[in-house]
Amino acid sequence: MEEQAPRKIMFVNRRAPHGSIYAYEGLEVILIFGAYDQEISAVFLDDAVFSLKKGQDTSELGVKEFSATFRALEAYGVENRYVEKESMEQRGLTLDDLIMDVEVVDGATLRKAMGEQDVLLPF
Amino acid sequence: MKFGILVQEGPYNHEASDSAYHFIQAALAKGHEITGVFFYNDGVTNTTKLMDIPADDRHISKRWSELGAKGVELIVCVAAAKRRGISPDVLIDNARIDGLGQLSELCIESDRLITFGD
Amino acid sequence: MLHIVNKSPFSNGNMDTCLRIAQAADPILLIEDGVFAVKKGTSMEGRMKETVGRHPVYALQADLKARGIDQVVDGVKLCDYSGFVALVEEHRPHSWL
Repeated sequence: MEEQAPRKIMFVNRRAPHGSIYAYEGLEVILIFGAYDQEISAVFLDDAVFSLKKGQDTSELGVKEFSATFRALEAYGVENRYVEKESMEQRGLTLDDLIMDVEVVDGATLRKAMGEQDVLLPF
Repeated sequence: MKFGILVQEGPYNHEASDSAYHFIQAALAKGHEITGVFFYNDGVTNTTKLMDIPADDRHISKRWSELGAKGVELIVCVAAAKRRGISPDVLIDNARIDGLGQLSELCIESDRLITFGD
Repeated sequence: MLHIVNKSPFSNGNMDTCLRIAQAADPILLIEDGVFAVKKGTSMEGRMKETVGRHPVYALQADLKARGIDQVVDGVKLCDYSGFVALVEEHRPHSWL
């Protein structure tokens, strides 16, 4: 069978963690997709930048704290990890506030990256 | 063309499931192939046969099952289903419970992947 | 790329993010509660008129009809589900959920 070129798949994360399950179940999908040999990207914009904030402690909610798992994205084969600049600024966040190293991109860069994808998955 | 469908919301609470269904019907009518419908998040609750719906309303899970009978693959995420009490015992006919890898396969096989959600 | 918005701009920021990120000339399709954005005579009308100048804007007829909206901002194109499918044939879709 002919080998298909790897697909460019981008996870477009826009939801905050804990208030709904999208961030968590979205993360589960990203980790699985990393195991397939495709070109995976994850971008965090709007309230999803809060998913990467340091110092989350859900012990009083009695729910799983999963922010540390985002640090595994690179090891799981998620090659491109972005946060959008404007979303960060709106929410008073800088890279120092985040639990992992990500590339800060402006709207124009993100626009271009999204335009190059084969599949965009919103979470 | 090959279309893959991702449904992220349950029935009735949101229009997502209805929109997905109408989109699929229109795509089939135009001669496209639906590579599969993947139910994730609360979307898994579209596939319980325990729904009991008044006669004057659409029966969403029955409608999905009928689509499955026509050969459209209906795939229900196992992890999301377990969280929400969707087990093989309550699953509609013509659907199957499977892993997230199946969504990855849909993304790879399909010319287009479209998501319906909240 | 086809941008799909399903939320009312009067109660949700998805449309704002879509317009911030969408490339000029990318088509935008409004479905479900997203169709409220194209109703004539709302506080969004000026913004939608500008948007129509930069993007082809489509609204799903079935959703407009269900909500009793029969007057839409000039330049907005109406489509049925078959037209929705045609847009997805032409463009890779992204749903701003």
